[in-house]
Amino acid sequence: MELHAELEAQIDRWRGYVQRRQAISAADIDELEDHLREQIADRQATGLDDEEAFLVAIKRLGNLDAVSREFAREHSERLWKQLALVPEGSDDGGAPPWRELAVVLALAVGAGLAVKAGVAWMDGGAGLARNLGLLVFPFLASYFVWKRRLTVQVAAALLVPFAALAVVLNIYPFAPGGSTEILAVLHAPVVLWLLAGVAYVGGRWRSDGRRMDFARFTGELAIYYTLLALGGAVLIGLTFAVLQIVGADPEPLLAEWILPFAIPGALVVAAWLVEAKQNVVENIAPVLTRVFTPLTIAMLLAILAVLAAAGGLVDIDRNLLILMDAILVLVLCLLLYSISARDSLAPPGLSDALQLALVVTALAVDAVMLTAMLTRIAEFGFSPNKIAALGLNLLLLVHLVRAGWLTVGFLRGQRRFTALERWQTQYLPVYGAWAAIVVVVFPPVFSFA
Amino acid sequence: MRIEKDLVAAAATPLVLGILMDGELYGYAILKRVGELSGGSMQWTDGMLYPLLHRLERLGYVSSSWGTSEAGRRRKHYAITPEGRAVLAERQEQWTVVADALRQVWQTAQRPPAAAEGWA
Repeated sequence: MELHAELEAQIDRWRGYVQRRQAISAADIDELEDHLREQIADRQATGLDDEEAFLVAIKRLGNLDAVSREFAREHSERLWKQLALVPEGSDDGGAPPWRELAVVLALAVGAGLAVKAGVAWMDGGAGLARNLGLLVFPFLASYFVWKRRLTVQVAAALLVPFAALAVVLNIYPFAPGGSTEILAVLHAPVVLWLLAGVAYVGGRWRSDGRRMDFARFTGELAIYYTLLALGGAVLIGLTFAVLQIVGADPEPLLAEWILPFAIPGALVVAAWLVEAKQNVVENIAPVLTRVFTPLTIAMLLAILAVLAAAGGLVDIDRNLLILMDAILVLVLCLLLYSISARDSLAPPGLSDALQLALVVTALAVDAVMLTAMLTRIAEFGFSPNKIAALGLNLLLLVHLVRAGWLTVGFLRGQRRFTALERWQTQYLPVYGAWAAIVVVVFPPVFSFA
Repeated sequence: MRIEKDLVAAAATPLVLGILMDGELYGYAILKRVGELSGGSMQWTDGMLYPLLHRLERLGYVSSSWGTSEAGRRRKHYAITPEGRAVLAERQEQWTVVADALRQVWQTAQRPPAAAEGWA
């Protein structure tokens, strides 16, 4: 049976068209395609040419909407999109379907072993805190290196900064309990996370679209990680309740074995889940951001009111400033996540106006924080903590001002949404650079205090 | 002559099961057999056969297995199960009763003129 290029292309297009129907699975398409090809071959045998045979076969296959509806009636469970952890072997000739699962589990166990070894060698002190990210990162990055088949150059581009970070964090003579050490512990994961992003985007870090994918991935990962943690906590809680009733003491087991393996392992597994389901399940992001944007605005307004009532910015507690920084970072994550979840072609609507309100309230909070910080610096002088906080707040300020400006332009119909998206993704590396400065430059400048 | 849609639908299950009594077949071959048996007057929309086959499979009347066609493509074959055979026997009885009743009614009822001429 001789099939021609144009006919193959037509069948390919038909397949692509059928694939978009949720109720028709890949195996069903194979079955339908077999049918289609038989029908075409029979028509060709009666003297029709490729084009005619294809048209007759398609017509006889029937209205695709009706067929799809019939499939949906028979397989209604498919309308609830299913996440198959081990994909069905529909693509023959490829890797065995369980291979990815095996790789992921091996990496998860590896991350657990690394953390367990770290706990054993570093005695759980500040050394462990500095190195925790370094211990887990290689396993998460390896997954993407494997999954995206990264080139040697990209792998090297990951390895060099990673190694540099590891050296800096371990040879710097940090003063025990000093603030530069705490700053390094807080900022190193940011650098590592952006490196993980480079691995995630398969080395295409210049692409705005891929960077946005990484923002989406980060948000979904947080959700999946939380779900896994909740499930794990319930499981551990129930098991322990039983063990304690029969008189066994499971506490050492939990601290020494279960948590060191479960916490980093779940991160790798969550990354894989996000990756596996990205084309199966609708993202939860649009729903969550719509719920949390108004709530966050309310929270920020409440904070502003309390700060205004408290008066005297100089007296603001240092811990409060740190807390406020955390809140602003969270607001920014929400903003970024909701932008990543939005259909960039949709016209401006209520949720965009709410987003602008969020940006404006966050700016107001940031302005208050900056004033408080500057007065504190004027009053008490510089310290590594103050500079780090000030730097972060200035970065946030620039980010928010420009985001607000672009949102106004979008709401007034002067700009397209992509401008706003591009600003978010282009600004992300700035945070990584700042975090790297805090880790690498701050300790020597402040003599490791 | 085209046969009404409802009638085709009602006959579909016993027809498919009956065809599978001769041995396992794949979808296209089943449709071709239907065409042959009815002299081409029972026409299904080809795509509709598959949801039907899947339903019969879910009910346990047929079982399916993937094989390969002569051209090397994946091809799904269907075979009747013992349960399917039992159902077919039951349907056969029902259809016999219906066909019998119809025959009696048509023998006694007044025939339309066109048909009556043929009998003369």
